[in-house]
Amino acid sequence: MAEFGPTVLRVVRAVLGPADADDAWSETFLAALRAYPQLPAGANVEAWLVTIAHRKAIDVTRAAARHAVPVADPPETRAEPDLPDLDLAAAVAALPPKQRQAVAYHYLTGLPYAEIAEILGGSADAARRAAADGIAALRRTIGANR
Amino acid sequence: MNDVLDAFPVEESDVDLLRARLAAAAEADGILDVAYRTVDTPVGPLLLAATEQGLVRVAYPNQGHEAVLQALADRISPRVLHAPARLDPVARQLDDYFAGRRRRFDIPLDWRLSTGFRSTVLHHLATDVDYGHTASYGALAELAGNPRAVRAVGTACATNPLPVVVPCHRVVRSDGAIGNYAGGVEAKRTLLELEAA
Repeated sequence: MAEFGPTVLRVVRAVLGPADADDAWSETFLAALRAYPQLPAGANVEAWLVTIAHRKAIDVTRAAARHAVPVADPPETRAEPDLPDLDLAAAVAALPPKQRQAVAYHYLTGLPYAEIAEILGGSADAARRAAADGIAALRRTIGANR
Repeated sequence: MNDVLDAFPVEESDVDLLRARLAAAAEADGILDVAYRTVDTPVGPLLLAATEQGLVRVAYPNQGHEAVLQALADRISPRVLHAPARLDPVARQLDDYFAGRRRRFDIPLDWRLSTGFRSTVLHHLATDVDYGHTASYGALAELAGNPRAVRAVGTACATNPLPVVVPCHRVVRSDGAIGNYAGGVEAKRTLLELEAA
């Protein structure tokens, strides 16, 4: 299980952004440790961890929405033009949730769309379409900024 | 779009920090079944693993630390985490031992990986064969109450889950030859020379 620590951190960073990622990572692995003895032998541990991370990320997002305080001026998003990776991370953050999740789960872990469909609900085709739409949107955003 | 991976770089140090926090949280929640760490010693890096009951496994590098951890996950619990804190007292006592400042270990042991006659042999070894002394396989068989079980004593030593702490390195052949050792003969010689000094 420990070997998937870095992958899960990538996924929660992509889905939630860096600020909440650490908490979601910790919650994911604590929950996984609790449930691990019940995991059937031969189960896909990576898919199982991503499933837990997906639920924990939703919890974190909901909790943040409950505690959100309206501010007069939204904080400026930092644009750092000479660092394309940050552009891309920001573009991922701007994707609609389902596309962002599909992109993160497929491109950061390599899970097949059938597994991702289990996590997101819906069909494998729908998961593939969400990821493809997400990637197309990323290309447009990045292209427009260069 | 392989760049997506590059957009979310993860440093090993970030993960280490999170793992340390996870180990502490798991310990607090009582769901850290096996804690492990390694310590550097004159006989190579030793893997130490402890349950909540006590030290359960010491392993030499030639025994394959990854394989040993997998065996612990299979036999005890899959909740195995790198969590040095639980093993700090053991690590300190090992440091003292290798520095010649300590002659016996005063730590709780979890004997669950050793059963039956093998366990009897190792218990006698732990209490009856002191620092700086050696015993033959035959003598240990006698101590364990079965003088003819010399080969079984050899097996008990070869499969000792707690080498160094349960001193199978002090068991030598009756003709004076050093005999085999789970950590390799070189390690056995190092330990015996340390204790003879």
